[in-house]
Amino acid sequence: MTRGRGFFRWSVLVAGFVFLYAPIALLVIYSFNASRLVTVWGGFSPRWYIALLDDRQMVDAAFISLRVAFVSALFATALGTCAAIALARLGSFRGRALFAAMVMAPLVMPEVIMGLSLLLLFVALDAPRGFWTIVLAHATMGMCFVAVVVRERLEGVDRSIEEAAMDLGASPAQALLRVTLPIAMPSILAGYVLAFTLSLDDFVIASFTSGPGSTTLPMRVYSQARLGVSPEINAISTVMIGFVAALLCVHALARASRRARD
Amino acid sequence: MISHRAWSERLVLIAPYAWLAVLFLAPFAIVIKISLSQSALALPPYTPVFDWRAGPDAWIAGVREFSFAAYASLAEDALYLDSYLSSLRLAATATVLTLLVAYPMAYAMARAPARWRPVLVTLAIAPFWTSFLIRVYAWIAILKDEGLLNHALIALGLIAEPLHVFGTDWAVQIGIVYSYLPFMLLPLYNAIARQDASLVEAAADLGAGPVAQFWKITFPLSLGGVLAGALLVFIPAVGEFVIPDLLGGSDTLMIGHTMWTEFFDNRDWPTASAATVVLLALLLPPLALYDRSRRRATEQPT
Repeated sequence: MTRGRGFFRWSVLVAGFVFLYAPIALLVIYSFNASRLVTVWGGFSPRWYIALLDDRQMVDAAFISLRVAFVSALFATALGTCAAIALARLGSFRGRALFAAMVMAPLVMPEVIMGLSLLLLFVALDAPRGFWTIVLAHATMGMCFVAVVVRERLEGVDRSIEEAAMDLGASPAQALLRVTLPIAMPSILAGYVLAFTLSLDDFVIASFTSGPGSTTLPMRVYSQARLGVSPEINAISTVMIGFVAALLCVHALARASRRARD
Repeated sequence: MISHRAWSERLVLIAPYAWLAVLFLAPFAIVIKISLSQSALALPPYTPVFDWRAGPDAWIAGVREFSFAAYASLAEDALYLDSYLSSLRLAATATVLTLLVAYPMAYAMARAPARWRPVLVTLAIAPFWTSFLIRVYAWIAILKDEGLLNHALIALGLIAEPLHVFGTDWAVQIGIVYSYLPFMLLPLYNAIARQDASLVEAAADLGAGPVAQFWKITFPLSLGGVLAGALLVFIPAVGEFVIPDLLGGSDTLMIGHTMWTEFFDNRDWPTASAATVVLLALLLPPLALYDRSRRRATEQPT
């Protein structure tokens, strides 16, 4: 390994991560800008955060988003965990290829397709659109991400422990609840956090499936962002980024302390 | 076989299966159905051609009333053809650009000291956790004519006149590269990091220079990751709505955006549905390819 190649590698990494993080950093920095002009620095000020608190619609939208994310991530985690166990532990079954494809497809499917088709389903079923239709849509999207995370964990663990439990007289249900689930638990929690943030951040699918009175935070941010850059959007974006970052930190710390205890 | 399974095993299979059948598969059938109906000034704005409860006679009558008007209007309207072609072109170019940005990064990550690698991977994934909308929005302030990039370039004396990037296809491509970079980085990193280091050493012992080592060994062995990453970027990028809407100009055509306008502004649901069916049909080959590459990666016989 020559020194020249090492230098090249580190400069690639630095350039790459600057590209990934600079736009987010600039957005955060300019949310503290005293000036209304978003590209001219006018001194430090928290005024846009104070203005946010007075924006009733924005605060309402934030609470709707949090509620949707909380509930939809519960469904997503339960269903995604089931799907992961089915794919990782049940071996072959009729319709496995279709099932595996359906679990994977929403990861890459353009969101407009998912949003439009779900909306047409809800219209066909005459379901009133609002909180619950967004929850159903987000649960469907989230469960696929949960399934990927949990399945990866289960496939990395030897099945022999579960087989030993059944040899010792545990029923398949007991083996599932007392052996498989505890093994998968860290990944199930990680899956919940992922489904929660995906729901909190989603704009396209929520736009199709929401109804009057259930405008989510990204929808509110979008309708203002279309009018151009404004320091208030920078401020609410910074709050959202900070919230998710805090969530991830809590999750990582909880995980680390659990590991230390074991 | 399913009939011999314990009830708990049936439950973990049937619950997600039924959920996806109702909320993922059935909606596509409805999209196809509505693409075959005629638009109407009503709520919902189409004439229903099919009533599941009506019985076989009415079903046959319904099938007779299927209308291909929506597909005909797609074919006649140059806007749609242009949108499809332009989406495919923009997504393909952006995929290549993402690969060019991501490959050196993934390579440097995979060849970094082992204790750094988990940190680098976390750094590469973290942006995925922040809102897509916000990350695209952040580029407006950078790319605008009076934005931060032009300010910086003029201050450095590199350009005299502001570059006009915002509102062009270039801005859309920058947005796609930026937003989808983590999806390309991870499969590439995995494909490079799990290569057996002794292969490159053997090549070096046999006299291959660094360039030959890379092109004859490292790159060919990473092609699986290149394909997976390219599909993970290309497929969603074709249907992208937020990026062309916030960063593109009035002449930027992307099918996701055209569909959105048709659906929400023109309220022509049959045409929007027909456009969705065609888009899905266009994406089926890459989706099948993705399914195959994923299966090769995850379902190898153990």
